Formats: sequence, structure tokens, C-alpha cells
Amino acid sequence: MPDSIIVDTATRIFEDLCEPAVINAAEDGAWPEALWSALEESGLLLTWVADALGGAGAEMLDGFAVLRVAGRFAAPVPLAETLLAGWVLAQAGIAAPAGPLSALPVHADGAIELAADGSLRGRARHVPFARNARHFAVVARGGVALVAAAAATIAPGTSLAGEPRDTVSFDAARPLATGTAPGLDPAAVERLGAAIRAQQIAGALEHILDQSVQFALDRVQFGRPIAKFQAVQHNLAMLAGEVAAAGAAADAAAEAVAAYGIAGDQVEAEVAVAKIRAGEAAGTGAAIAHQVHGAMGFTKEHSLHHATRRLWAWREEFGNEAVWAARLGRMVAARGADALWPFITAGS
Amino acid sequence: MAYNFHFDPVDLPPECKELRREVRAFLKQEIEAGTFSPHDQHGGRNVNARAFARKVGAKGWIGMTWPKEYGGHERSHLERYVVTEEMLAHRAPTRSYSTADRQSGPMILRYGQESVKRKILPRIASGELCFCIGLSEPNSGSDVFAASTRATKTDGGWLVNGRKIWTSNAHNSDYMIALLRTSPPTKENRRHGLTQFLIALDTPGITVRPIINLTGAHDFNEITFDDAFVPDEHLIGEVDMAWKQASDELAYERSGPDRWLETFQVLVELVRAVGAEPSERLAEGIGREVAHLATLRRMSLSVAGMLQAGKTPAVEAAAVKDLGTNWEQALPNKVRLLAPQIGDAAPDSNDDRLEQALAFTTLIAPKLTIQGGTREVLRGIIARGLGLR
Repeated sequence: MPDSIIVDTATRIFEDLCEPAVINAAEDGAWPEALWSALEESGLLLTWVADALGGAGAEMLDGFAVLRVAGRFAAPVPLAETLLAGWVLAQAGIAAPAGPLSALPVHADGAIELAADGSLRGRARHVPFARNARHFAVVARGGVALVAAAAATIAPGTSLAGEPRDTVSFDAARPLATGTAPGLDPAAVERLGAAIRAQQIAGALEHILDQSVQFALDRVQFGRPIAKFQAVQHNLAMLAGEVAAAGAAADAAAEAVAAYGIAGDQVEAEVAVAKIRAGEAAGTGAAIAHQVHGAMGFTKEHSLHHATRRLWAWREEFGNEAVWAARLGRMVAARGADALWPFITAGS
Repeated sequence: MAYNFHFDPVDLPPECKELRREVRAFLKQEIEAGTFSPHDQHGGRNVNARAFARKVGAKGWIGMTWPKEYGGHERSHLERYVVTEEMLAHRAPTRSYSTADRQSGPMILRYGQESVKRKILPRIASGELCFCIGLSEPNSGSDVFAASTRATKTDGGWLVNGRKIWTSNAHNSDYMIALLRTSPPTKENRRHGLTQFLIALDTPGITVRPIINLTGAHDFNEITFDDAFVPDEHLIGEVDMAWKQASDELAYERSGPDRWLETFQVLVELVRAVGAEPSERLAEGIGREVAHLATLRRMSLSVAGMLQAGKTPAVEAAAVKDLGTNWEQALPNKVRLLAPQIGDAAPDSNDDRLEQALAFTTLIAPKLTIQGGTREVLRGIIARGLGLR
């Protein structure tokens, strides 16, 4: 079970400093300094960094719980990315520097070279918050590197949610530190990234359920709150089911990562289940939330899109439902029909 | 928050893991001995379910959570869960004892009179007795509390008159637990006035008539009561107050593995048919369904764990059943569209398991979101949990 003090701390910070206006301003390019500073001071950003490397040395589950809360508040900061980068660096025994971080590459086919002369070459696409990061954690061929963002060329891009997803290029960049971490490759980064996004999706879904229920209770049509119409009730019940499923699947993956680390079939399967199920729930859930909100929810002014556009972006990142489903399907097929049930019950 | 869904993680204790091995070994042995086949496409209709129930009873796997003094085994709900899901996943013929194990027995244990508990429960636990549930009537389906079949007080007992319908397995059952009208509803409470009774189905005045379902099987029945006498001893709980007794058991009923495993076989047979190295399209199709299945199982097991811990996750349980039955209902069609086409070039086969599993699961699919509480009723319960009504 995650530490409730950590969850409460994160919730308080977001309640105070992650208002819709802050999210809108961030999309327009204003760095949310107050929010970021509060997160940094709280120590939450070092959750996945061991004590010995200057971190908080908390449990993996605490970090996932914080990500759930961050997803609920559509936090427009590289919290997930800084946790992921801190974890990557820790695997190679490199201390995480202060300030915003991002890990790359984010695609399993990523191919950054750490050459024998110690320089980095290559290009990574869709790197979250690269332009805001002070340093990158690079999982390269040849080792793990910590490199200053200033040593890279960054071409801006954005996600569906208006968050930075930039292209980062290295041309003989000199890392600040390097190390090795056996078994840590872009596929492993993608696996942990998928578990992270599943948690964020679960959090954002919790938020749109709250928001949609409240809207249905407040909005009066035909002389009564639309919450009183059975068609609306049933849509919201379906949304609730998707919220429940995404949360359960994301938690199963988080627990598997916490118990077994990031390598191995058990974790691969749990992460696949989580990213597939949460990704499906993101699409189904966002569609229902919008239907309940009507035209108002389709405006820029309304905050519903803070969550729904992130859901559409996050379901695509670190492998979408189709990518993970094909992997999971191949695992199942390789084991054979009579091993399917034991496979389903293996985790418990 | 509207509703904070909570699914506690469950790490099954060692005794559950050992038990799972025992159940799998038992089932393997029974399959090899020809007691039943997991590939049977008649829903186990041709199997001697009574004999199987007695074997399961002898193993101590019926009434597992009940006190020993009533023939139970004082094991945990999680242990019972493991046995149930293994039976269902292997398509064991549990129909002779499953209703009593899941619903009727716990109801008698909680609200039955002492003499009845002593007389009936040990015989359920041994696998000897088969139960059915008398809720629906011709004019009272989802609207359970509109039941009008009457129980009128008479000397030493009650006289029952009226009709129950859609009663599964009544023709094989020894007893029914019936919801009967003992008083009219009140203005304040339309659920008032109904009472639960234990009724022996060999009582004079009871007629059981088959209703064949669209698969051609005899599962449903219509039961007519014509001055059938029920002794006072068989009154379960308080007169007129059945509405208070019904809700507790529902969390168990709603979220169990029987709410997401009914068409599982069709997925197993698809995996068999596509072989070890499926195309990308088939792998993706299988992976998606396995993700749903694994998530449902996690949620269902979690509800069992929370119940064991003394919590009452009623909305979670309703959500599991809604998601589970919708998924298992949709599964045959998804598998149909993934299944390799069998053309003229394929070898002759009278035993194509996938084709047969598809036929069977496609036909039973409609009932899955109706039995034990319709989809619409469940969504109403979830909506109430969300504070919408």
C-alpha cells in the first residue's frame, strides 16, 4: 500500500497550485514555476531515487500513487518524466541532478549511440517536456548517460494535450556522467513508461467521472437535472466501470513493477494488460464525459479537455493498445491454449 | 469525489495456492476418468451432475466458509473463490450444488431457523441437495418486489398459491427458496410485505413445467403452486421483511467468477486454433481480450478479498458484474471475426472445437446480461452509488 502522507502531500500541492488557469498558461508556454518549486521542495520528485543517490528512497508504489494524483489534476509539469529519469539514472548508479528531467528515448526502437569516445549521437522523437528539462537521462547503446539539455538540439513539438513532445538530437554531445545498467534498454524504458501512463490515465479518468457527475447534477434541462434521466445515468455508470477497470489494471501493473522490477514476463504481461485496458478506458471514458457535458465541454473555456486531451495523448504513448495487445497475444499464443488459465491466475 | 472506487490488491495466501493445485489435480483426474469434458458443447447437460456434486462435497469444497457444526469447513472466502474459479475455468458440471453453495446455503445460515440449519446445511455441504431460486414471476421480473405469489397463514404453516417462472434447474432441484407475498406493500415502502420461505419441491400442489430455451436446452421452468403447504419451520427470516435480507448476499452473487467466465472457452479454443505463432492481427485480437479478462479477474478477486476483510464493496461488485457480463457476452462475436476461416481445403473434422464453442457461446450470450440482475438494473445500482438517484 502506498504511503498516505505522500499522497496527501501531492494532493494538497496540486489543489493549491494546479488550477485550470495554470494548466492553460502552461499550454501557452508559461512554465508553472510555483507548482514545480513546491513539488521539488516536497521531495516527491526523488521518490524513485535511492537514499544513497540523494533520493527519498521511497517505495515504487508511492511514486505510482503520486502519478495517479498528478493525472487527476492534469499537472502540466514533467513529474512523471523526472521520476522516470531519476529511476533510469539510479539503475546506472548516477545521482539525479536537481531540476526538471526527462528520459529518452521513449520508443522501443530508439537508437542513441554512446560511442567509445564517450560522446552521444542520435535523435529521439516525442520526448516529453524536453524543452523544459535541465538534463536528460539517456538509455543509449553502450550505456546510460546523464547529459545537460544545453548539449542537445531541441526541435519543439506538442502532444494532443498541448504538452511539449520534442525532438532531441545529439551530435557528439559530451555527457556529464555515464554508467551501465544490465538489462536496461529502450524496451525497458517503454515498459516502465507504459505503467506510468496507465496510472496517469487512471487518475484523469477519476477526475472526469467526478466532473461529469457534478455537471449532470447541476445542469437542468426539461425541468430537471440531467442526472435524473436514465440514459444519462447509464452512460455515467459505464464511465464508472471504465474508471474502475483502468484503476485496477494500472494498480496491478504498479504492484508487479514494485514486486519484480521491470524485467521478466510477469511484469511485461501486467504492464501490457494495464496499458491496453487503461488505454481503452481512456477512449471510452472521454467519449462519455464529452457526451454528458454537451457543447459546453467542447469549448476551450471549459476545463474538461485538460483531462480528455491528456487521455488521448497518454493512451498513445509508450506503446498504444494495439502494440501492447500484439505483444500480449504473442505471449499467450506461445504458451498455448491450455496454459491460458494458469497464465491469468499466475500473479496470485 | 463522486465515487472513489477501491480495489484492494490481493496476494492469495499460501493455503490458496496449495488448494488451487489440489483442485486442478482433482479436475484433471475427473476429466481423464470421463466424468465430464471441458469441451462438452451441451453445457454439461448429459453429465451426472449429482454424482459430481457428491464428489466435490466429499472433498470439502461445498459450504467451505460455513461453520463446522452445520457441515461447513470454516475456510476463507478467498479459498472458496479459488475453488469456484477453477471449477468454472475447467467447465466442471457444478449446477447441482452451485446455487445452494453461493446463495441458498448462506441465506439459510443467516436467517434460517436452527432446526432447518441443522437438517439442511450438512446435506448441501455433502453435495446431496440441489436448490433453485424462486424470484421471477410472470408479472415480476426485474421488478422483484412486485411479486404476487401468496403465502397465507394456516394452522402450523402457510399455504402457497401462484406461479414462479424462469426458474433455472427447478426440475432437478430438491428445494426452492422463494420470495412470497405475505402482506400488501405499504404506501411508505413498496418493498414491504414479502417473505422468504424454504419450499420442498416434492410438496403436493407444486407442478414443475419445462420451458425450453433457444439453445434447445431445458434449464428454465415454470412452477405452479396450488395450496402447497409450507411448515412454519421453513419461514426464513422475518415475515414481510425480506427486502432487508436480500441486499447483503448480492455482493457475493454479483462479482464472482461466474460473471465473466461463461464464454471463456471460446477464447481458449481460439488460442488453440491459431497456434504458437499467430499473425499480428490475431495476436492483437487475442491480447486485447486477455487484457480484459485479466483485469476482470483482478477486480473480482479483489472484491472477494474485501468481503473477506469485512468490507461491503457493493458498488464495486455491481461494476464487476456489469463489465464482466458485457465482456463475456461480446466475446463470441469478437472471436468469430478473428477465427481462421474453414474452407473446402481444410481437412474434414467432426470435432472442430472452436466451431462448436462458437456455436454454443453465441447462443447462450443473450442471457448473460439478464440472469441474476439485468444490465439495466446493475447500471441503476451504480448510478445510485454515484449519487445520481
